[in-house]
Amino acid sequence: MIATSANENPQPLLELQQVTKVYGTGEAAMPALRGVSFRIEPGEFVAVMGPSGSGKSTCMNILGCMDQPTAGRYCFQNVDVGLLSRNQRTLLRRHYLGFIFQGFNLLNRTSALENVELPLIYRGIDSDVRRAAAYQALDTVGLKGWEHHTPGELSGGQQQRVAIARAIVTQPLLLLADEPTGNLDSKRSEEIMELLTTFNRDRGITIVMVTHEADMAAYAKRTVHFRDGLIESDQNQPGDSLC
Amino acid sequence: MLGVALRLALREMRRNIMRSVLTMLGIIIGVAAVIVLVTLGSGATRQVTQQIANLGSNLLMVSVGKRMGPGQSSTAPAFKLADAEALAREVPALAAVAPQASFASTAIFANENWGTTVTGSTEQYFTVNNRQLAEGRIFTGSEARSGAAVCVIGETVRVKLFAGQSPLGAKMRLRKLSCEIVGLLKPKGQSTMGSDQDDIVIVPLRTFQRRIAGNDDVSLIQVSAKDDISTDAVKQELQRLLRIRRHSSADEDDNFNVMDMKEIAAMLSGTTQMMTGLLGAVAAVSLLVGGIGIMNIMLVSVTERTREIGIRLAIGALENEILLQFLVEAVVLSSSGGLIGIVLALVSSSILAAVLQVPLVFNLPVIAIAFMFSATVGIVFGYVPARKAARMDPIEALRHE
Repeated sequence: MIATSANENPQPLLELQQVTKVYGTGEAAMPALRGVSFRIEPGEFVAVMGPSGSGKSTCMNILGCMDQPTAGRYCFQNVDVGLLSRNQRTLLRRHYLGFIFQGFNLLNRTSALENVELPLIYRGIDSDVRRAAAYQALDTVGLKGWEHHTPGELSGGQQQRVAIARAIVTQPLLLLADEPTGNLDSKRSEEIMELLTTFNRDRGITIVMVTHEADMAAYAKRTVHFRDGLIESDQNQPGDSLC
Repeated sequence: MLGVALRLALREMRRNIMRSVLTMLGIIIGVAAVIVLVTLGSGATRQVTQQIANLGSNLLMVSVGKRMGPGQSSTAPAFKLADAEALAREVPALAAVAPQASFASTAIFANENWGTTVTGSTEQYFTVNNRQLAEGRIFTGSEARSGAAVCVIGETVRVKLFAGQSPLGAKMRLRKLSCEIVGLLKPKGQSTMGSDQDDIVIVPLRTFQRRIAGNDDVSLIQVSAKDDISTDAVKQELQRLLRIRRHSSADEDDNFNVMDMKEIAAMLSGTTQMMTGLLGAVAAVSLLVGGIGIMNIMLVSVTERTREIGIRLAIGALENEILLQFLVEAVVLSSSGGLIGIVLALVSSSILAAVLQVPLVFNLPVIAIAFMFSATVGIVFGYVPARKAARMDPIEALRHE
């Protein structure tokens, strides 16, 4: 597996070219990204670090096709996302991306099973197949027997497992995790990280994860540091970052 | 997708059952009001039409005064008995002619008295108005000509003055006239105008003119055309003849009015239909208000569920799918309201029709239209909130607390 900005690989999973993002206009213009370039190959596990306001969240939104660059190009599988309509970007998310959030973002008052089924509903999968896949995904994250509990009846760690099951049930190419362990204690955090590592290793799911904690970043094979809207460092060796 | 949206909508409705019912209330009341009013209105119209059909479609009424509009007329000289006799003589198409004059008067028998209407007419009155006798007889031609003190009474008068007894042969006092009751009419019930057709006393016209009114005026001539003769032709003949008799000059309008039953039926059912339409329109306004209620609640619901919408959008829901979800929710709310309204209307109009003694005429198209309208209200007023949901920015929506 070739890592970092290896330009010789003709088929990266995604590539950012001189991406800038400016919020607001005129006097109030606030640049969040000021020319970010990097590429991610299939199968990578990338940790994104940086202080708040460094542009990492903006970058994640762009990678997740939820936001568009002000300038520069974002190519996902050689498709220029900047040229896609809102609905086309939604379809891209539906078919290739999975999301995990710090706050879990599960539907309340809806069972774990139905939460996991949700992305399959939008893919138009038949209910029998959908149900079976959701049971399977919950089993994979170690929640067998909890399928009919609602998020309110689950612990934080369990809720995040449901969210992970929801993200991987569609077999995405890219899993975007925004501080997945931010709300969990260290034991639960480790369990979650083990899960993510397993999916990366065994299923080849590419993972990009924002984190504040070096311990969590250590699980990744590559760490990208953001500062002031620019990439400060991009290293293959986890654990010995400049910060 | 529609099935999923429908299930979601029903679940959402169950979760907020109190709120859903309150939201639907506007639609429930609106739909129920429209259907009840139209049902009762149709019943009233049917009743009017039936009663007029009972009177016979070959009946014409000639009254004094120029017709100004529905129910209005100007004053003009009264008819005389000779006018009615001339019509009977010169218009061969007439089967019967009944000149009439009437007064409100108190009828007195023993210790009882009762305010009723006394009508003077000829024996043909009974033919023209299709009145049958329960007992006794009508006055004879000679009694009519001589102005004998005899009368025929209706069921209401009998009940008020004679309670359970037979009135035949009794002497009843009407103003200064003491007359013998020779006949009792079969009950006929309420007229189209709502008056009691059994609250009458009929005396010979001559008796009425000499002994009660003190003049020789005739205010109304009822005629019936022979079978198979068009009432329009009869009407024209009556008008021509009466213009000559009343010396109307060519440029003058008729100072009398000939109405046939078709016209009266049209006038009456036109009035009830107009009332029904007006009330229905007022009720429709409440449907509109109900729709605004739905829009309000849907807007609140969209704001409350911003995060859910964010999650759905992030996970891969298209704008149209979110739009559909909320639109279906609004339509499910409004059409459930519509259904409940229809049930409520069926129950309450059955009860009201019984109480008001109006025939129950369920107007299926109106029920269907009211239901379609309630569903449409959901689409129209659900659209704005649904579009608001669909157009949300997933990033902003996910940040929403």
